[in-house]
Amino acid sequence: MAEKENSHKIKKVCIICAKGSIEDVYASLVMANGAVMEGMEAKLFFTFFGLDAITKKRMNKLHTATIGNPAMRMPGGLPFPSLMGMLPGVEAGVSTMMKKQMEELDVPPVDEFLDMITAGGGEVFACKLAVDMFKLAKEDLSEHVSDIITVGDFYELAAGEGSQIIFT
Amino acid sequence: MAQKTIAGKTIDVTDEGYLVDASQWNEDIAKELAKEEDIELTDAHFEVLNFIRESHQKGEVLTIRKVGKSGKTDIKGFYQLFPGGPLKKASRIAGIPKPTSCV
Repeated sequence: MAEKENSHKIKKVCIICAKGSIEDVYASLVMANGAVMEGMEAKLFFTFFGLDAITKKRMNKLHTATIGNPAMRMPGGLPFPSLMGMLPGVEAGVSTMMKKQMEELDVPPVDEFLDMITAGGGEVFACKLAVDMFKLAKEDLSEHVSDIITVGDFYELAAGEGSQIIFT
Repeated sequence: MAQKTIAGKTIDVTDEGYLVDASQWNEDIAKELAKEEDIELTDAHFEVLNFIRESHQKGEVLTIRKVGKSGKTDIKGFYQLFPGGPLKKASRIAGIPKPTSCV
């Protein structure tokens, strides 16, 4: 498909990750890595709870919600009772299982995923407003974060022909 | 499916230029395919290509991460060897099917 002539090729994607659950963060990481793999420019912008994905202490401890998640199923496909999701350890167990299943498909942990994206030329940014709000500093963030930027800076990064902004 | 004469040999290729039969591949074909991507193959390229062909023969699903852990190159090196889409380009040059992995 890449070989087909298309005058509206995507050349750059700017991906915004505003949520900190496993599936939200991985959606952003997979999209960004996929873009880099296709030879596109990729910029990842983490804001609000998405900052967990680039905060050293939290990045490899992300969870998936077991309460308020109607798509949650037991292994085998049976419904997952909401009351069960409240029990201590259940969310952690489910999250570990999610990560294990991704590992089987060669989807790496968050820090290694950021390694892969930046090795391919992708860039990672943190939102200044959210960093200030959560009282974080540059040293709390992963070494893969190139900068803490404002929304104005983000739009500047997103400028150009064939550029797309994706909010996951 | 189409046919293509390359490096003095007629090979079957898909619409996107991937070899249909990996056994039709040889190093001269690889060099010609690489030229189409503006890549001049070196020993470092061939080490990666051979790794890719071996893992394809073993029936493994190829990912960037696996190439990065192959010991032949790291991920940064892989992007430098095959700029602008390493997994696809390397697969095409290695004569194996288009990669189906999302990572």
